[in-house]
Formats: sequence, C-alpha cells, structure tokens
Amino acid sequence: MKAAVVVFPGSNCDRDCKVAVERSTGASVDMVWHAETALPAGLDLIVLPGGFSYGDYLRCGAMAALSPVMAEVTRAAGRGVAVVGICNGFQVLCEAGLLPGALLRNAALKYVCKPVELDIVRPDTRFTRAFGARRSAVMTVGNGEGAFFADADTLSRIEGEDQVVFRYADNPNGSLNDIAGLINAGGNVLGLMPHPDRSFEPELGSADGALLFRSLLETA
Amino acid sequence: MRARVHVFLKPGVLDVQGKAVENALHGLGWSGVSDVRVGKTLEFDLAGIDPAAAEPEIRRMCETLLANTVIEGYRIELS
Repeated sequence: MKAAVVVFPGSNCDRDCKVAVERSTGASVDMVWHAETALPAGLDLIVLPGGFSYGDYLRCGAMAALSPVMAEVTRAAGRGVAVVGICNGFQVLCEAGLLPGALLRNAALKYVCKPVELDIVRPDTRFTRAFGARRSAVMTVGNGEGAFFADADTLSRIEGEDQVVFRYADNPNGSLNDIAGLINAGGNVLGLMPHPDRSFEPELGSADGALLFRSLLETA
Repeated sequence: MRARVHVFLKPGVLDVQGKAVENALHGLGWSGVSDVRVGKTLEFDLAGIDPAAAEPEIRRMCETLLANTVIEGYRIELS
C-alpha cells in the first residue's frame, strides 16, 4: 500500500499520521507539502491530518481547502482514491466540499480531549472492514470545533444514504445526530473528528485506530 | 473603494459564543439583552473595478472564501 500525508502550515498530527499508517499497515508514506501541484503516483490512501492549518484563520480548514494540493486531492478522490480527513482534516474536507456539512464550535465551548466510545454504524466501508463483527471502537478526540452541523435537508440526505460511519456513544461536543464520522456518496472519502492516529497501539489506550488504516489494505 | 463584509452564523445555527456573551451580559445586569450573535467583519480596499461590478465580485469572494454558506450568511457594505 502506498499512502501520503498532506502537510499544511499548522498541521500538528502529520508525523503521528505517518507513523500510525506505517505501523498499522506496513505502507510507505510520503509527506506532501500543501503547495505541491502534484501527488506521488500510485497512491492508495491520502491522509489530511489534524492540527490548526493556517492557524485556523478565518474558519477551521478554510484556507487549507483552497491550497494548491487540494485541487489534486479532489481529483484523486474523483478517481476513487481513498481519502481520510482526521479532525482538522475533516474540517478541510467539508470546506473543500468533498463532504457535506460543517464543523461548529463545541456546544460547551470547551476544547474536548479524551478517549471516546464510538458506535460503528457502517462496518462495511473500505475504512471499517477490519473491525469485523465489532460494532464499537474507542478513539481519542481532541477538538474545539468538532460539532457536526448540516441543515435539515442535508442531514436527512446523509442519514437516508447511510453516510454516517461513526456515532458518539456519548456525544462530547454537540454534533448533530451524534455524528463522529461520515463518508461521501462514493464511499472513498471519510472524515472523522476522533483520531485513529492517536489510538493505534495499546500503549496509547486503544489500538482501534489501526483497524481503520488496516481496513484499507483490502482495497490497496 | 472600501468594502466591509459582515459574516454571521445563519439564524437557526447555534451560536455558542453569542450564548456565552449573552449570559455574561445578563450576569452584569443587562437582563434585557437577548439573541446575541457574534460575527466578524472584514474590511478591504478594492481597486480597478467599476462600483457597479464590485458587489457581485465581493459576493463571489464570500461564496468562495470569506463565508461558509453552509453555516454563515454575509452582508456587504461599500463606501
């Protein structure tokens, strides 16, 4: 498997993502600077990491969504390459229009950083197959603006098309419908607020994040 | 030409910052305050464009970058 992690100015989970994907899957992982106008050839996975791209200026993910490399990420997503956006990466995917909705400031106005239990709503996606018969997972969240929002029509479309992949068992931030992660209609772009890259080895409190990355080996 | 763009969360989108400010104002005794919304204002000079064409152009800026129309509305002022 061949993967790339996009590095925006202000990304701070880019190295974590590289190590997590390498150790979970044995993949070789390239780091790609946001100003690049081409991606490495033959990618099976593109990761948009967590952090504070462009200092969260204007809106979380807004500037990053317009950076040169995102045009290539959008093209790759159109070809069916797997793309996962984690935390700030999820915000970038929404800002770029690759996923519906937006992420708002947490309902309690607090930065939330803790392990959370997730219900695996869609165990059949290319990102969740390795969870097998399991229907719950534990991953760490760390966000201040992680409350998923979409208008009523969009939300019912998301639900109607079974695009919700993970829900919080105990909603930490006010996300509508307890949405922690969702997938695009094509099934190859996943955004989630919890960090599989902070939960990929037992020493980190949970190794469940490794299963997300390992799921992708089947389609690589 | 000077442009002012006001960006606010849409009605119906919970503005938790506004809520916190409202609670603080209530705590200070201004009990008549309600529906506080916190937004932002962007100001910039705009050159080389016909005044009539400025507003549609700024609207494009809003739709592309300055506002996320999933959650935000905007208002444009020109002077």
